[in-house]
Amino acid sequence: MSQSAFIIVVLALIGGALRVSTPFMFVALGECLTEKSGRVNLGLEGTLVLGAMSGYAISYHSGSPWLGVLGAGCAGSVLGAMHGYICKLPRVNDIAVGIAMMLFGTGVAFFFGKPYIQPSAPRLGSFSLGAWTGNQEIATALQINPLLIVGIVVALVMAWAFANTKWGLIVRMTGDSAASARAMGVSVDLVRFLCTTAGGFLAGIGGAFLSLYYPGSWNQGLSSGQGLMAVALVIFARWSPIRCVIAALLFGAAGAIGPALQSVGITQGYYFFNAAPYILTLFIMIASAGSKRAARDVPGELSITK
Amino acid sequence: MTDIAEPLPTVAIPSSQSGDLSVRIRRGAEYVVIPLLALGITAFLFSLFLLALGKSPIQFFELVERGGFGTAFSLQNTLQRSSPLILTALCVALPARIGLVIIGGEGALVLGGFASAVVAIPLVLGKVSPLLTLCIMASAGMLIGAFWIGIVGYLRYARGVNETISSLLMTYIGIAIMNFFVEGSLRDLTNPNKPSTMPIGDAYMVGQIPGTDVHWGLIAGIVLSVLLYILLSRTTFGFAVRVAGGNPRAALAQGLPVGKLIIICCAIAGACAGLAGFFEVAAIQGRANASLAAGYGYTGILVSFLARHNPLAIIPVAILFGGIVASGGLVERRMDLPDATVLLLQGLTFVVLLMSETLYGRFKIFQVRGAADRT
Repeated sequence: MSQSAFIIVVLALIGGALRVSTPFMFVALGECLTEKSGRVNLGLEGTLVLGAMSGYAISYHSGSPWLGVLGAGCAGSVLGAMHGYICKLPRVNDIAVGIAMMLFGTGVAFFFGKPYIQPSAPRLGSFSLGAWTGNQEIATALQINPLLIVGIVVALVMAWAFANTKWGLIVRMTGDSAASARAMGVSVDLVRFLCTTAGGFLAGIGGAFLSLYYPGSWNQGLSSGQGLMAVALVIFARWSPIRCVIAALLFGAAGAIGPALQSVGITQGYYFFNAAPYILTLFIMIASAGSKRAARDVPGELSITK
Repeated sequence: MTDIAEPLPTVAIPSSQSGDLSVRIRRGAEYVVIPLLALGITAFLFSLFLLALGKSPIQFFELVERGGFGTAFSLQNTLQRSSPLILTALCVALPARIGLVIIGGEGALVLGGFASAVVAIPLVLGKVSPLLTLCIMASAGMLIGAFWIGIVGYLRYARGVNETISSLLMTYIGIAIMNFFVEGSLRDLTNPNKPSTMPIGDAYMVGQIPGTDVHWGLIAGIVLSVLLYILLSRTTFGFAVRVAGGNPRAALAQGLPVGKLIIICCAIAGACAGLAGFFEVAAIQGRANASLAAGYGYTGILVSFLARHNPLAIIPVAILFGGIVASGGLVERRMDLPDATVLLLQGLTFVVLLMSETLYGRFKIFQVRGAADRT
């Protein structure tokens, strides 16, 4: 590989990280909030797909992509609220409910999404951090979408709130020990219900990014496991919102390996590089599952790591 | 460990008591009535949904009945589709009994089908006898399926990797591996339409059960269900599995090889899904291509949960859902519904079913006086 090709690949990876990472980031932040409260929502894959569909549909009908983002968040929070409510019932297992919500969310999205596969809806805009260099390639690679900024701000606010506010303390306490939360007079079910709903809202926004910015259209193959990978990411990020952002950027870069190599003419093994994010997730899970640091940071009530 | 695996109702009661049978029936009835109630509620909710869309629910159920069970042709089509559902449901049920929620049956099915199509290529070219070829193909499919889900079980036991997430990731990886070969080195260049492996040819296909249009996969599924039921409820191995699923710590304290049991359960489960892939290739498609990933693995999850992970109950539930899947095309065309209608119905069924879990032990009629202290 010549030096210029190498630069192109590196630029493409950075561009990919900035472009592809946003849905990972939102889903991971949503799951992080839910898991901090002691519950696992594996259904965020379905939430992501439903968010993508409803965001696209609302943007198409209203003409405003930002209204679409809001609508996607609301659709996501409805799914989150369903998950939160069902898990509240005694003898119901949150992992199984997550699988059911994955099927249900995808089913609803595909059912109502059919008329929106063809028409094109107004999309979200973007701006470039690299425009000042005057270099076309760098400018394209450093395109930033506004949702990325929103995601980073949400992560910073979440990290601050977990550490410094009463609400953050209540969420962490509910996640670490339901018994002590009850002793403090906190309604464990209510806290988890609200956290799952808010987590669904964030995941829905991640879906709107898929259909309204990149790849920027709605179809049934839009999210293939990105919601699920983001859930796995939270374990790797050890339940810290800031580390969720970093992990999401890493994943974005991994997802861009295939297209980046293609752009310099390496087309062999395209499908293999498509599998790269899944393989990376699996290795990350293997590496982080048994680690002592993960065992220290895990919320005590969580059923996913037991 | 998750606690979704219920002990068999029959083992909860010591069998020396008189009036034993009536106790068992009343206990067991709960596990039949509540899932049926969940199905009824789903049908009601889905009817309301159709009414809201201005469609007729009566027409819907009529079409499902006609398209899935009404005629000899549609019934055979249904049975044809329930064969992979039985096998992929077994892929969920067996690990569930030891406390693992595995949802990667789709990946094991795809890779199992792909492996059997690949090993068939040299055998078909070398004119090996069809029976031997099919045996080797089936073994290859089952081996690769066992390996694929076995990895998930190993990672769960050895590294504590969450098996639900890892099994679904393995599915995506498996499909990518198949696409990599099918669109690359193993692509049959004489077929310009859809990237596929070389067809195995009519002479090498699995035949039909005499007198029907249903291939032998249905018999294989039913036999395996019965065998696995016996394995779980009548053998030492099955007892160990249920102990480990109920309380892993107690099982370890008793000196049971929990890790080995988990990996064996996962391997058998994967072999079932791999066998489903073999039948899809050898009895239906004739070659491996992207149509292998038709979603049977995901429907199988729902089937197993509805059957409460009981291998015998999986058979009727799989036939029911085979019928719903088979009638999907007819329903969607006649009623002008999108092709995701069946998927939506499945999702709704799953959600309602899990909500019904909370009803166990709530109805007095199923509780036997004096039996409570013995469970």
